[in-house]
Amino acid sequence: MLVSVYRYNPETDLKPSMQDYQVEIPGGKDLMVLDVLALVKEQDDSVTYRRSCREGVCGSDGMNINGVNGLACITPLSEVVKNDKLVLRPLPGLPVIRDLVVDMSIFYKQYERIEPYLQNDDPVPAIERLQSPEDRAKLDGLYECILCACCSTNCPSFWWNPEKFVGPAGLLQAYRFLADSRDTHTDERLANLEDPFSVFRCRGIMNCVAVCPKGLNPTKAIGHIREMLMERGA
Amino acid sequence: MQVSSVTNFGRSGLSDWLIQRVSAVILLLYIVCHSAIILNTPEMTYALWRDLFAGTTMRIFSLLTLLALCAHAWIGMWTVATDYLTTRMMGSKATLVRLVFLIGCLAVLAVYFIWGVIILWSV
Ligand code: SF4
Ligand code: SF4
Ligand code: FES
Repeated sequence: MLVSVYRYNPETDLKPSMQDYQVEIPGGKDLMVLDVLALVKEQDDSVTYRRSCREGVCGSDGMNINGVNGLACITPLSEVVKNDKLVLRPLPGLPVIRDLVVDMSIFYKQYERIEPYLQNDDPVPAIERLQSPEDRAKLDGLYECILCACCSTNCPSFWWNPEKFVGPAGLLQAYRFLADSRDTHTDERLANLEDPFSVFRCRGIMNCVAVCPKGLNPTKAIGHIREMLMERGA
Repeated sequence: MQVSSVTNFGRSGLSDWLIQRVSAVILLLYIVCHSAIILNTPEMTYALWRDLFAGTTMRIFSLLTLLALCAHAWIGMWTVATDYLTTRMMGSKATLVRLVFLIGCLAVLAVYFIWGVIILWSV
């Protein structure tokens, strides 16, 4: 199989280029894209990428696979390869550190901005803050995010305004804390999102939903935030 | 950290979003109304057309639509400008380019609005 990998070392290369490798795919099983990358690295150990858990949990190997963002470790070749060709590029829109490794600072900055931790001004109870099973259920589909950035780097609004638009991943987590019955900072949280950029740059085209490897739905969460902002404004 | 929004006249993202939707509905209603009137008039003459716009209700409706159109266009153009005419896309000259572009938009919209009012009141 022909594997074409994006190569760029900002310290030595004038501009990025694609490098082709011919990789022998062992028959009998459906390899994951990450396995193929390991075979490429056997040929050329200068090829650089991130990975850790190799089972879709850590979120470190998000990349653009044949044009679609996804986690290399849980993307089977059968799902993405047509015409025996695999093209691997870094996540779009973020600065490249090297090859498939991108600088995620701005992504984390937006995450930090939504204050992703429980805030509660009520006196601390003796044991723990309780939550009913129904209230706990409201966090399903929100807390599972692994911050792989596949969604935000697939979002045009995030490409154009990554400093001002929180992006789907950050907004999913913003809603995770807005929806939490134990959090008492709802009003401050909403006030921080009311400007024309943070939430309202979302045009609802659902590029984020299309690629989330965990099957989450940031667009729906963004819709809920908008409703909460509207109720607060009314 | 609060995102500043100096250039959108201090309106919130929420009100922009609402105005955009409400104005879209008004514009749609206006189009549907006029299409219905034209389709239901066998032969449209100048006199009929003139009478149509002379009524107070139609005058208010037209004025409202004109306002909705200008608001809709302004929010839309402001959004487009802050997506594409940014430092990220075109370097340090972006702020000036965006300002000139937006002032141009404002001028066109102002002329369009005043002209529209003059036309409506001349009937
Ligand atoms: S929402 Fe999905 S795609 Fe986005 S960062 Fe979380 S896990 Fe990744
Ligand atoms: S729905 Fe919103 S957040 Fe998701 S990709 Fe589209 S603009 Fe971005
Ligand atoms: S290596 Fe951890 S998510 Fe792929």
